[in-house]
Amino acid sequence: MAWYVLRRVLQMIPVFFGATLLVYFLVFSMPGDPIAALGGNKPLSPAVQDRLRAEYNLDEPFIVQYFLYLAGLAQGDFGTTFAGRPVIEDIRAAFPVTARLAVVAIVFEAFLGIVGGVIAGLRKGTWIDSTLLVASILVIAVPTFVIGFVAQFVFGVQLQWVTINVGANASWENLLLPGMVLGAVSFAYVLRLTRTQVTETVTADHVRTATAKGLSRPRVVTVHVLRNSLIPVVTFLGVDLGQLMGGAIVTEGIFNIPGLGFHLFDAIQRGESTKMVSMVTLLVIIFIISNLLIDLLYALLDPRIRYDARK
Amino acid sequence: MTHASETGGAPARRGQEHFVAPVDETPLQAVDALNTDVKPRSLWSQAWRDLRRNPLFIVSAVLIAVVTAVAAFPQLFSNLDPYSQGACLLENSYGDPIPGHPFGFDQQGCDVYSRVIYGARPSVIVGVVTTIGVFLLGGLIGAVAGWFGGIVDSILSRIIDVFFAIPLILAAIVVGQLFTLNAFTLAMILVLFGWTAIARIARGSVMSVMNSEFVSASKALGASSAQNLFRHVVPNAVAPVIVTAMVNLGMYIVLEATLSFLGVGLPESTISWGADISTAQTALYTRPELLFYPSGALAITILSFIMLGDAVRDALDPKTKKR
Repeated sequence: MAWYVLRRVLQMIPVFFGATLLVYFLVFSMPGDPIAALGGNKPLSPAVQDRLRAEYNLDEPFIVQYFLYLAGLAQGDFGTTFAGRPVIEDIRAAFPVTARLAVVAIVFEAFLGIVGGVIAGLRKGTWIDSTLLVASILVIAVPTFVIGFVAQFVFGVQLQWVTINVGANASWENLLLPGMVLGAVSFAYVLRLTRTQVTETVTADHVRTATAKGLSRPRVVTVHVLRNSLIPVVTFLGVDLGQLMGGAIVTEGIFNIPGLGFHLFDAIQRGESTKMVSMVTLLVIIFIISNLLIDLLYALLDPRIRYDARK
Repeated sequence: MTHASETGGAPARRGQEHFVAPVDETPLQAVDALNTDVKPRSLWSQAWRDLRRNPLFIVSAVLIAVVTAVAAFPQLFSNLDPYSQGACLLENSYGDPIPGHPFGFDQQGCDVYSRVIYGARPSVIVGVVTTIGVFLLGGLIGAVAGWFGGIVDSILSRIIDVFFAIPLILAAIVVGQLFTLNAFTLAMILVLFGWTAIARIARGSVMSVMNSEFVSASKALGASSAQNLFRHVVPNAVAPVIVTAMVNLGMYIVLEATLSFLGVGLPESTISWGADISTAQTALYTRPELLFYPSGALAITILSFIMLGDAVRDALDPKTKKR
């Protein structure tokens, strides 16, 4: 197990550098000169522009800029926007909001998706299975932003159960509906994945043996079927956590939630490269770490992976 | 349980019927053998036979044929060209449906029906081109990693991880700022950052086929590695890759709509369902039907591609066949 953990952590290092370099490259190859644009209609004097360029390391070659940025990052410095505001302040305000939103989404999709998938898988071919399958395909086919508008319209405007404009008050309660909207599509994927896994596991030899030993049905389902079916589902959820934080850009826009996605979109529209890089880098780091954790969890769930890694 | 139903006379595959002599004729030497003269059907022809009988496949194929026809020849489905000068008249703003304009008018006084029809093209192009692109690029890189293994695999796998770590929507938004997009360039961006999912599947699939017994047998019989590659590995490893690529097609269409919805996708001059949904959103509380038409068209398109992917997977994967 220790070897496995070590190997996975070592593999993460080149991925971290590669992904952050790629993000940095993409953002800083965007058109436009942010320093020249700072002055608006009244161009800044060349001396001031040069001083600002030096301050933001824009006069250095690209790769030097990147390493200077990484050095700052290592000290917890996410850079400064061109307006002079440290990006870390925005992150400190926005991160907990998006994290809460993502937690609501993950809990929602994992719980309902797995329960629905197990029910459908155990009752394969019945009306309840077909209903769940059709419902899940419909959820996948309707884009998140449409689901968002409809949910907002029905629950916010007509039934008045929730606020449609979350704004600064991003409490758990207010994030409940946006989180469910954010997790809706993944819920459908989890349901379908769980269903496929359960239908395969139910006919496996060890499950037949467990039933033949006289174990109760709930024990067979939870211990023998579910544990073996969950491995791919757990992997999916791990990958999804990173995707959800990126996908929050749409949900946060619809419900006006001041999270990472909201700030990121704002930064993109204003050409705030430093803020953009920091937000995307943060999302990439979260994604890499959540994938690592999932890989470790995976090894706990499935002993074959631990042993295989030693070879 | 399963055995009882099998002997209960379920028809076996063609060419593999059991020839069992009646017990009363040959009490001591009952014959149970396969007719080996019949040429077994390939995975693909069998899949095609299953597909033709699957109602899911027929429905989705018809829907896709219609959507593709609309995307290719929108003028056949609408007399009005929403791209033409004077297609939108402000005096018609939010006008109700009238004959010739079955879906009514939007805020700018444009005919909604013709916009829904003309909006199919970018969605279908992005979906299909991206799918073909990720299939080729991801399939090639994944197969090379799986086939050569060792150091090649290690390097390619890290490259896959790097691209995989950047959420597709974020990459598309950032890169999309660099160009004025059209459906093809947008598809290329999605390919550039979306191939990794396919590459992982292809790598795993090639590795598992290479470890299978029939490949070892063919090696033992003296087949060269090129023979092995094209005769055994590629045909058997390609099925899961195709299925994943097809199921993902709907996702790319959603992505295009999402980007256009956010205003960072196709330019405003291009009619796209995502952009129309975005404009319809402003009148959601008074004219919800304006949101309904483009969303409905989008949902039907995505739905039909997902159903097609499902049907193909069921046909190609013996594990999901009904027992």
